[in-house]
Amino acid sequence: MINKIWASFIIIGILYSFLTGNIDTINQEIIDCGKTSLDLFLAMFPMMILWSGIMNIAKKAGILEWLSYRMRPLFRIIFPEIEENDETLGYIASNLTINMLGIHNASTPFGLKAMKCMQEKNKHKNKATRSMITFLVLNTSGVTLLATDIIAVRAMYGSKNPTDLIFITIIATLINTVLALIMDRILWKADQKHESK
Amino acid sequence: MNLSNIGNLFIPIVVFTIVIIAIIKKVNVYDEFVEGAKEGLGMGISIFPYLIGMIFGINILLKSEILNHLFIFLKPIFDFIKIPVEVLPMAIIRPISGNASFAVMIDIIKNYGVDSYLGRIVSVMQGATDTTIYVISLYFGSIGIKNIRYALKAGLFADFITLIMSIVLVSIFFHG
Repeated sequence: MINKIWASFIIIGILYSFLTGNIDTINQEIIDCGKTSLDLFLAMFPMMILWSGIMNIAKKAGILEWLSYRMRPLFRIIFPEIEENDETLGYIASNLTINMLGIHNASTPFGLKAMKCMQEKNKHKNKATRSMITFLVLNTSGVTLLATDIIAVRAMYGSKNPTDLIFITIIATLINTVLALIMDRILWKADQKHESK
Repeated sequence: MNLSNIGNLFIPIVVFTIVIIAIIKKVNVYDEFVEGAKEGLGMGISIFPYLIGMIFGINILLKSEILNHLFIFLKPIFDFIKIPVEVLPMAIIRPISGNASFAVMIDIIKNYGVDSYLGRIVSVMQGATDTTIYVISLYFGSIGIKNIRYALKAGLFADFITLIMSIVLVSIFFHG
């Protein structure tokens, strides 16, 4: 799937700019792309190392365990396939908590670690498990309770009340998360049927 | 003190709490930090190829301007069903690239005003969802999953709901 999307981005992009006589821009883009990626990587990379270190302290101090214990009633419904005392839930809980506060660079190491734990128990290493997809749905639907970057931009551009969108952003994120989880379940059931045939 | 300051306060509080609790539980904090950081180093290096690959593909598509041209073409249809066509670039770019959609948001805020109908809609869209294709390729890529099954469908569904919700909610609460 990702293969097809990636190929279509490149083919459509190059073909279209060739037809519209815009091919120089693409040429420049191909040359610049490495630097763009490296800049983003340099912004993320030290943060990931730092937070992986802090995450390990939290784990050794039993904080992750405590957090996943708190969120257990919710996880029982959302992740029925992960056992209750699995350390994966600790990473998922931390990832979601930090995401809720809109600090995405810090939440990524927790998310990647959660994926790694789920992959260790995966029987088919090439294929996504049900829990992995549910976790990704939670991440892409972006359960953000405090979109700090948006508030900052709105303040910068002179909004009368930069924080007045917080309430409806929370409603929007909650509704899309719940609906996405329901959709995730429907798609999973359809997938099961398809596979048993 | 406003809410964006609470956001700034959060990280220091988290770090402080973790270290204090760890010390109380007699964890060798520095040793464990370094141990975890080493793991983060490997993790970071392993995601770089996915990062550069995605940025390469995404930027070629964005720089070809095909999306922008498509919007001009679609404007009459959107005017007809009373959805502001200006949110369309946002709706399409949001799942592909968080940075690009952030730029689109700023652009709309500059052109239409931060407290305008459109300015509010794109702010909610930027805040209420995350970059689906980026997250999927990064998270699955980092552990070598090739078959992502129905993950993309579920993720894009969430983005679609966010688009609808942001238009509906902004209309109800601010421009009703």
